[in-house]
Amino acid sequence: MSLNDFNPTEKKDTRSGFGDALFELGKQDKRVVGLCADLIGSLKMNAFAEAFPERFIQAGVAEANMIGMAAGLTIGGKIPFTGTFANFSTGRVYDQIRQSVAYSQKNVKICASHAGLTLGEDGATHQILEDIGLMRMLPNMTVINPCDYHQTYNATMAIKDWEGPVYLRFGRPSWPMFSGKDRPFEIGKAWKISAGSDVSIIATGHMVWFAILAAKELEKQGISCDVINIHTIKPLDEEAVLESVAKTRCVVTAEEHNKHGGLGDAVAQVLAMNLPTPQEYVAVNDKFGESGKPTDLLKKYGLDVSDIVAAAKRAVERK
Amino acid sequence: MSDINQLEELATQIRRDIVRMVHSVSSGHPGGSLGCTDYFTALYGEILRYDPSNFTMNGENEDLFFLSNGHISPVWYATLARHNYFPVSELATFRKIDSRLQGHPTTAEHLPGVRMASGSLGQGLSVAIGAALAKKMNGDNSIVYSLHGDGELQEGQIWEAAMSAPHHKVDNLIATVDYNNRQIDGNVSDVLSLGDLRAKWEAFGWLVLEMNGNIIADVLSGLKRAKALCGKGQPVIILMKTEMGAGVDFMMGTHKWHGVAPNDEQLARALEQLPETIGDY
Repeated sequence: MSLNDFNPTEKKDTRSGFGDALFELGKQDKRVVGLCADLIGSLKMNAFAEAFPERFIQAGVAEANMIGMAAGLTIGGKIPFTGTFANFSTGRVYDQIRQSVAYSQKNVKICASHAGLTLGEDGATHQILEDIGLMRMLPNMTVINPCDYHQTYNATMAIKDWEGPVYLRFGRPSWPMFSGKDRPFEIGKAWKISAGSDVSIIATGHMVWFAILAAKELEKQGISCDVINIHTIKPLDEEAVLESVAKTRCVVTAEEHNKHGGLGDAVAQVLAMNLPTPQEYVAVNDKFGESGKPTDLLKKYGLDVSDIVAAAKRAVERK
Repeated sequence: MSDINQLEELATQIRRDIVRMVHSVSSGHPGGSLGCTDYFTALYGEILRYDPSNFTMNGENEDLFFLSNGHISPVWYATLARHNYFPVSELATFRKIDSRLQGHPTTAEHLPGVRMASGSLGQGLSVAIGAALAKKMNGDNSIVYSLHGDGELQEGQIWEAAMSAPHHKVDNLIATVDYNNRQIDGNVSDVLSLGDLRAKWEAFGWLVLEMNGNIIADVLSGLKRAKALCGKGQPVIILMKTEMGAGVDFMMGTHKWHGVAPNDEQLARALEQLPETIGDY
């Protein structure tokens, strides 16, 4: 595909991709159990909860207990999907996930909405920017951050049959639908969006759309971009990263996360070990967020399309 | 099945196993392990329905047991070995490199009998509730048992779980509290008191029983009474009075043997009080 083929007209929130897929999974597989910590509407779990009350557990505002119950449900062959905000899905319950899920190798799907700055007006208490780091540090954990409605839907469907703990991260805002309904989703396999030769732009989550917009702009300025969507941050598709960077010899990573511990660091680690390369981070610069409109926040914290464009130029100059 | 004398002999052997295991590696938690030996002996000797020859993670149509206060792993390991989950000779590897018998229980080493890692306190009750809910969804009538330290009840997650089990009518769960009033830094009542524990659990909607955890006959009858209360729409919890270090005189009456191993001389004194019955590992 060429970058010019991406002209989405429709928008939808990624959390609806999760909710719609969970409902579908409920129909397909009786082992699927939903758990939610008093955020059914926010997580779009209504359809599942209404259709399958016998397989839905309202956990209340008691996230630690929810994670523990989910771990217990796997002992009995269930495939539990827990739903709450990303902040309460990770930082609040880190030790429960560490011991009862990851170390115990339990088949729990931790599904987290309202990740990052685009949660918006609720502000920093809820805008977790450290969750990818927290989750990718855990052995046995798979970490997925899809980029739009369809990819979130497809990721939700895919993790049901992926044995082991998964952290699935998505968000609140309505976002352009550009990945396509029928694009195959394979856990751990990057989506190579466009082929270019001057710079690799590797992005995850909402920032993938901005990476496409930035690449369009850069192409106009004569800089050819290799745009890659890493939806699975762990296990990382190292081959895709190395193949791209071997060609372009410089890279920009873009993520709605702190610059510490996220996609940028995951890519940097692979490059440091295999192919040392100039890299520019488009990420939050070790700060907490604040209240505001998602687009204003992305701008203020250096996650706008223009930030990716500027980072790409810096990366090219460092070659 | 087993008569009380046989169970008492087994308990004495398990106590020998515990002090020998902990002494051999100069680390581990003998106090709570000794205090709960009679509970484990009764539970695995006569109450639980399980199949050690065919251990499965899901434990379909079996009773399940979760140890939430994972630091008393010596008594659990010794019990599992004595009930043929794995060879008793493996007890000699406790806490040593490359062992399946980790300091705190884990599923990572695939030790038969263990379904959940524990050690970081306060998590086991939630897990037991989840497993009990899965059994209900599966139409599996067996029962889930869990054991918790009293110091462990200071963890907030316990009270989240305490709220949730009655709400979800988890009536196939029998939790037990090792109520010895000891924790690492001293008496529970001095460190962070639990208040009226019976009233607390009752207020949360649990059926509360009490038993003496160091009299096997009392443990058996307590667990049987608890079983009879299952299926009535409420979870059951047993406040089990125990003496930390029970069976070894110099380890009793203090919190100091919570997590300290005996030296050679202390081991000899302990073993004098615990005659070999079934045979050492």
